[in-house]
Amino acid sequence: MTRLLATILIGLMGLGMAAPEAVAQNGPLRIEITEGVIEPLPYAVPDFVAETQGSNQVSKDISRLIAEDLSGTGLFREIPASAHISSITNFGSPVQFADWKAINAQALITGGVSVSGNSLEVKFRVWDVFAGQELGSGLRFKGTVDGWRRMAHKVADEVYSRITGEGGYFDSRVVFVSETGPKSDRKKRLAIMDYDGANLQYLTDSSAIVLAPRFSPTGDKVLYTSYETGFPEVFVLDVGSVRRNVLSTNNGGMSFSPRFSPDGKSVLLSVESGGNTDIYKVGINGGQRQRLTSGASIDTAPSFSPDGSRIVFESDRSGTQQLYVMGANGGEATRISFGQGRYGTPVWSPRGDLIAFTKQNKGRFHIGVMRTDGSEERLLTASFLDEGPTWAPNGRVIMFTRETRGTDGVSALYSVDVSGRNLKRVKLNGGGSDPSWSPLQ
Amino acid sequence: MKHWTKAALLMAGLALAACNDPGYLGSDNYNTNDGALGAGEAEAGSVDDPTSVAHFQEVIGDRVLFEVDQSTLNEQGRLVVLAQANWLLANGEYTTVIEGHADEQGTREYNLALGARRASAVRELLVAQGVADSRIRTVSYGKERPLEVCSEESCYAKNRRSVTVLTADVTG
Repeated sequence: MTRLLATILIGLMGLGMAAPEAVAQNGPLRIEITEGVIEPLPYAVPDFVAETQGSNQVSKDISRLIAEDLSGTGLFREIPASAHISSITNFGSPVQFADWKAINAQALITGGVSVSGNSLEVKFRVWDVFAGQELGSGLRFKGTVDGWRRMAHKVADEVYSRITGEGGYFDSRVVFVSETGPKSDRKKRLAIMDYDGANLQYLTDSSAIVLAPRFSPTGDKVLYTSYETGFPEVFVLDVGSVRRNVLSTNNGGMSFSPRFSPDGKSVLLSVESGGNTDIYKVGINGGQRQRLTSGASIDTAPSFSPDGSRIVFESDRSGTQQLYVMGANGGEATRISFGQGRYGTPVWSPRGDLIAFTKQNKGRFHIGVMRTDGSEERLLTASFLDEGPTWAPNGRVIMFTRETRGTDGVSALYSVDVSGRNLKRVKLNGGGSDPSWSPLQ
Repeated sequence: MKHWTKAALLMAGLALAACNDPGYLGSDNYNTNDGALGAGEAEAGSVDDPTSVAHFQEVIGDRVLFEVDQSTLNEQGRLVVLAQANWLLANGEYTTVIEGHADEQGTREYNLALGARRASAVRELLVAQGVADSRIRTVSYGKERPLEVCSEESCYAKNRRSVTVLTADVTG
């Protein structure tokens, strides 16, 4: 894992050619991500040119994965190779815009791949076909052959970013709970994978129940709840070494529902004592615990605002589960959820503008979003059981757990656009729950 | 602290095994092999032996059911816990872990907290009846360990439970 990071971080180098300016700002090649239905932008990504012996397959693989990333967002529609009029055989040759206009490819992505031993170099350009010019400037990534998926994700992130004006999210990972076995005897293990389900790795075995892993802001650590001592306690795990430590030992109570502060230095968690659950803050290396809520209600599922100044959490202090916002050191909390039903598991968007939550109403579960003052609530999904949203690093997509009903019920991971569009199941062997999305790598 | 951990792991294993055993819950089939026994001659360890774990589980009753989203003991539940208290007072060599559980209709975190409330309600009544607090520990499984797996109220009702799990106190 460390090897992968090291090789990819060589990353991002300009190709050293002057870029036409301001094309991205006002040209036709721009998707505004707004609510409502949009027409996906047609694009073409002909196989990247294999520039060295032995780079044929990886060139194809990279091009296909870029297309998978882009089309997977629902914002882009690929024009298949079978419809292409001209092909790209030389990365440096001028683009025949007329040929791409003729098939209505508004964006064209060209690239070249070279392999030397285990090192891989990918260069690419994005073209605004109808304007007849390049969008941004060419870039080159260097890495290893076995890290080709990350290279493709990085290219796709760059393309997505240039066309939408938003940050990307393809070069990211998800930590989650892998589930196997029947509902009566479910086995749970912590697992980590790329955002698209590739490169699955297990972080724990299934000897103890594990719940709700949460990435640190830098993606190198994971907080989670485990029953490995027989009682629920919060652990912190180093993703690289897979070493884990218990974060807090409680005298007779349980601790659960942890989440990092934006600076990664402290952790919010729920601590139960005598049947009462409250929210505490503790240093990542232990130390003094600060109590942030009090009273006989269940106060749990805390999440910091990205600037670290506020905390959203759920509480049943009013009689049913509702969402509240308080300051980073606790104190008076303001209720923000007022619709019908119960609200739980709030998560502050990395952009700071929205709070995602689970809503339970009339026997159905929903994933929804609202503004941080509780206004403009929108439900994005509905099913027998949806819960536990997590935000993509760009704050545009939400992943969550969906469980089907009945004795054969299984858990799966789904993602949905913050607009409510593009609901889909994440590719995964076996069941999964409690996803937590990493920052962009 | 240490013996608690061992006991809890042991109990977690037992509880799991029990979930797959249709006879674990039932009070219908515990009395099938005692044809040879005369009145008052309970075989040690059998359900007819009032000091046995089997007796506690099946005659006294090791579990209490709760209403939707509630952690208050109803009258029936209260009577079960009172009987548990008497048994624990008479059988001082046992300690107990009280498990709190919830049905699947709730979010994971809330159900963990709700299960803790339920386990705690049982604990409080046991302690009020004179069972030493040091003999009791609670743990919540939230919705992680359903006993019944259908998505109907008939199953949910059985899953909203506390289970008083006995363990012989090895450290005395």
